Amino acid sequence: MVPGDGVGPDLMSSVQDVFQAAGVPVDFEEIFISEVQPAQSATVSAVIESFKRNGAGLKGIITTPASFKGGVLRTLNMRIRRELDLFANVVRIKSLPGFKTKHNNLDFVIIREQTEGEYSALEHESVSGVIECLKIVTEEKSRRIAKFAFDYAMRLNRKKVTAVHKANIMKLGDGLFLKCCEEVAALYPHIEYEAMIIDNCCMQLVSNPHQFDVMVMPNLYGNIVDNLAAGLVGGAGVVPGESYSHDVAVFEQGARHAYAEAVGKNIANPTATLLGACNMLKHIHLEYHSKLIEDAVHRVVKAGKVRTQDMGGYASTSDFTHAVVNSLHSA
Amino acid sequence: MAGKSIRTIFRHFSKPILNSKDGVQRLYSSGIQRVTMIPGDGIGPEISAAVKQIFAAADAPLDWEDVDVTPVKGPDGKFRLPQAVFDSMAKTKVGLKGPLATPIGKGHQSLNLALRKAFSLYANVRPCKSIEGYKTPYDDVDIVTIRENTEGEYSGIEHTIVDGVVQSIKLITEEASMRVAEYAFEYARNNDRSTVTAVHKANIMRMSDGLFLKCCRDVAQKNKDIKFREMYLDTVCLNMVQDPSEFDVLVMPNLYGDILSDLCAGLIGGLGVTPSGNIGSEGAIFESVHGTAPDIAGQDKANPTALLLSAVMMLRHMKLNDHARRIEKSCLEVIREGNHLTADLGGNTTCSQFTTEICRRVQEMS
Repeated sequence: MVPGDGVGPDLMSSVQDVFQAAGVPVDFEEIFISEVQPAQSATVSAVIESFKRNGAGLKGIITTPASFKGGVLRTLNMRIRRELDLFANVVRIKSLPGFKTKHNNLDFVIIREQTEGEYSALEHESVSGVIECLKIVTEEKSRRIAKFAFDYAMRLNRKKVTAVHKANIMKLGDGLFLKCCEEVAALYPHIEYEAMIIDNCCMQLVSNPHQFDVMVMPNLYGNIVDNLAAGLVGGAGVVPGESYSHDVAVFEQGARHAYAEAVGKNIANPTATLLGACNMLKHIHLEYHSKLIEDAVHRVVKAGKVRTQDMGGYASTSDFTHAVVNSLHSA
Repeated sequence: MAGKSIRTIFRHFSKPILNSKDGVQRLYSSGIQRVTMIPGDGIGPEISAAVKQIFAAADAPLDWEDVDVTPVKGPDGKFRLPQAVFDSMAKTKVGLKGPLATPIGKGHQSLNLALRKAFSLYANVRPCKSIEGYKTPYDDVDIVTIRENTEGEYSGIEHTIVDGVVQSIKLITEEASMRVAEYAFEYARNNDRSTVTAVHKANIMRMSDGLFLKCCRDVAQKNKDIKFREMYLDTVCLNMVQDPSEFDVLVMPNLYGDILSDLCAGLIGGLGVTPSGNIGSEGAIFESVHGTAPDIAGQDKANPTALLLSAVMMLRHMKLNDHARRIEKSCLEVIREGNHLTADLGGNTTCSQFTTEICRRVQEMS
């Protein structure tokens, strides 16, 4: 478990309280790592070693300071992601029953490639005042994420995969991504495949989001769509996400915001982190406990009595946690 | 072709004035300004005719000069824009453009891109305001997106390094960033806006987006009367769909602008009602950004709202604020009342009925 920065530690303690109350047979190995508080931070290798050993983990958000100094363009998040090779980020957008937003009954999945693209950190100043930033797209990684998306769709009985791109402008780069998706799609005849341009996709998301099922896209677009879609169902506090490599799964919030303004105020919404933790339990085959906690969270949200600020209520993080704990055994 | 006949009629009117030097001078002294009109393809001719009709009803002191932008084959075998477009734009400095279809196949550069390059249209401005009477899940949207239009991810520099590895270059220059930032603040001031927000991703693209952000900060320093904020692209997306009313003027690099401007258009009901303007150092072109809708072309079903509102932006750009206000008000009133809506807005009125209704109101108001 990596609590992360901002409200991360608060949210993690909320998870621990709930796990304890539910009697989940899980031991957390807690490692604190941070870029804004280097004095208390553990090393990256310790984190990676732990994730590798355990095969699964829960992670808060690590803030990247905007005033990052030095020539090294690799941030902690990126280093963890790269060394573990967490290539696929999966965010499931599902409307919470009983919590009304502008669009209801949404249920779709966003799969994002997160090791290359614009996040390759290759930039240089060719002449003064002119900066070039490289976006890398490789066939190997595009094919890998496309295959992951179709496998995911098969496993969860989804009907359609939408590839999101901007190949009309970036004809080679995004063109390659699109070509890989098309080739992989041909191997899965039972799943419908379509391609959509990113700007149109964003417009469709706010006007008619029900048309989407599984979406697959390169790094930056994934970042945009994840956040946009999280906004549709209630914000960063309610959407869980997960990242996969071949052997490690890391569970976290779907829309990554450390929410540093709320530190220590006890107002953050632990829903996303709790649901992320449930997904983790499911992943390590503790279905019973996972279902128990998930149902409890849904009951609390549905009842609508205890809600944190971002959902339009007045409850604190700990109020919400207590409500979930109390609700655990009330079914 | 209805558009063609209008174009010919129009040419008859404009020719004598064009040819006599005295005529031109007389026009300028009476305050009539010439505007280049590119009607476009598909539904383009119908909706441009509608706009002209409404402008005539409002008695706007404009004189249209129609040009065709069908690419002509140059001596080197490449297709490029006809000289007439350049000649006309050089004179008028202002243009209104309907939708254009880019011919599919190799050797054709996108016409939109060609125009953008030809007149160095560096800033794309799209005001998105909720339209009363056209219901979407979002009310109170009133956002202006200003997008850098010449560089960034759209530099078109890409290559395959080794087989299966492609590198695309995103280009950010200080010059272009400063220019668009300055325009954003200028726009905010001229249009009574209070805040400019720079949208970026400088936490990941530290140098390129970092440079853009630095330029925005520098310009903000010189424009202290306008509030300046900076936000990450992902945070903007997240907050935009939750509460769009917290945003005012947004300024951003090319790709983000592309995405956010369409997102904002989605919030208010799509591209059929969203106006757009391209500001450049060599002139300005205002356009509707929807497609050519070949399926309904020539059937009098198209909705001219986007082009009309773009034309209203053009009037404001030319400082004809009174005409702009009257036309805009009439158009929004017709939509609000809901008795004369085109099919895309959920009604069954034809394009010409919709136009006539707006004309009637414009005349009543004057």
